Amino acid sequence: MHIEIDEISKSFGTTAALHPVSLSLPSGALVALLGPSGSGKTTLLRILGGLEFPSSGRVMFDGQDATGLSVQDRRAGFVFQSYALFRHMTVFDNIAYGLNARPRASRPTKAEIARRVTKLLELIQLPDIGARYPSQLSGGQRQRVALARALAIEPRMLLLDEPFGALDAKVRKELRQGLRDIHDTTGLTTVFVTHDQEEAMELADLVVVMSMGRIEQIGKPQDIRARPATPFVRAFVSA
Amino acid sequence: MSDITVTKGAPPRFRSATEESPLARWAMIAAAVLGLGILVFAPLIAVFVEALAQGVAASLASLATRDAQEAIKLTLTIAAISVPLNAIFGVAAAWFITKFDFRGKAFLITLIDLPFSVSPVVAGLCIVLMFGTNSLVGGWLVANGYPIVFAMPGIILATMFVTFPFVARELIPVMIEQGRAEEEAALTLGASGWRVFWTVTLPNIRWALLYGVLLCNARAMGEFGAVAVVSGKIRGQTATMPTTIEMLYQEYLSVAAFSLAAVLALLALVTLLLKTALEIRHADQLAAAHRH
Repeated sequence: MHIEIDEISKSFGTTAALHPVSLSLPSGALVALLGPSGSGKTTLLRILGGLEFPSSGRVMFDGQDATGLSVQDRRAGFVFQSYALFRHMTVFDNIAYGLNARPRASRPTKAEIARRVTKLLELIQLPDIGARYPSQLSGGQRQRVALARALAIEPRMLLLDEPFGALDAKVRKELRQGLRDIHDTTGLTTVFVTHDQEEAMELADLVVVMSMGRIEQIGKPQDIRARPATPFVRAFVSA
Repeated sequence: MSDITVTKGAPPRFRSATEESPLARWAMIAAAVLGLGILVFAPLIAVFVEALAQGVAASLASLATRDAQEAIKLTLTIAAISVPLNAIFGVAAAWFITKFDFRGKAFLITLIDLPFSVSPVVAGLCIVLMFGTNSLVGGWLVANGYPIVFAMPGIILATMFVTFPFVARELIPVMIEQGRAEEEAALTLGASGWRVFWTVTLPNIRWALLYGVLLCNARAMGEFGAVAVVSGKIRGQTATMPTTIEMLYQEYLSVAAFSLAAVLALLALVTLLLKTALEIRHADQLAAAHRH
């Protein structure tokens, strides 16, 4: 799905988290929102997901105005920074949650839900953990379960908030490839937030560098490296 | 190698940094046992000894009187009504405070604590002032056959006021710690707000809620001050267990007074046992565990 961000701004009380920003994300792209903390990247991601509403501006999905669309109706697969798995449910029930939450008319049968959950567990290469609880999983496993849970709703896009932030370096490298593979398999427009420039450069097709609520540069990783548009980008990507 | 000396025999015993001398330890343990004995165990034993002073039969006979039966019934009814209501209000208040940002939040939290700092007698007087026969609202209600003061509704109001903070106070820290991420995740997965509450919020706070309800229940059954003011202590009608105990005691009916007191103490002990069982099994999910 093509995502168009048109002059979006967001302020919390008197502080501006986002100055008007515009951005066009081509369908099927893997996009990194890169910037230090406080740069507004997470706010932008939450606006895309419908968890925050912009103070001004519009969000367009495939040319249709989606600014006022409720979080439920957006069908954005969202992976939270701390994964936010439901701690009192098994992995199976976590992944099945979105399907069970559908209105009765469009809810798949129990057998169909079980089939889909099993398939997703295979996709994240953890076929045997359905009966476990989140507290019994490693950080990397939790991240993959969160990804499977987001994919279960057949999302129109995938939004990830610092998906590798809480993991150690070795697991992080593995999961990067995992996300790349899942993106390539599903073909979903995917946006992830990171403060790690190496991660953004290595994984994304398109990198959006942000600072202080503004977009500093949009471009392919190699272009940003070769031709940083502002002193901030130069300093940030060479760090 | 020569500068390493090997000491034979038992290694020297060092005292850990937080360990006191045996004398200090025993003195402190003795003080604790003495304090606990005088303040808690002795009175509790005394209640049962006094209750059974004229034998089990006399004690049971005093409990079988109509006044005692009515008092027990009334107290259980009051608890059965006010505790669930306070559980609902407490959950609503905690949910509102922890899941939304708004101006005046700190003030609202202070307001929830108000019943802890206001004397129950004052609270009872406020209810009399608001709903008594001489007040505007109360006069109208009495004229239409719905008296509040000196009747069950007044006692329920008084009990609810005094026990209001227990559930909310237990839930707020737990819900703040759990944050909003799980609720947000459920929303992005397409769940309605109502569904999120039943499938995510409530299961996550269930043990803390039960704990708060138990504390609330213990206090609701034992409340004296506010209830004494609003109930009028009409025997067999509006006299609860605590107020009946007080009246019996004033009349030198010590077996009857202490028998009823023993029943009240037993009810409290059962609550306490349930509470302790919860603390042992689900300490990680209770605010109380974080406070201590």
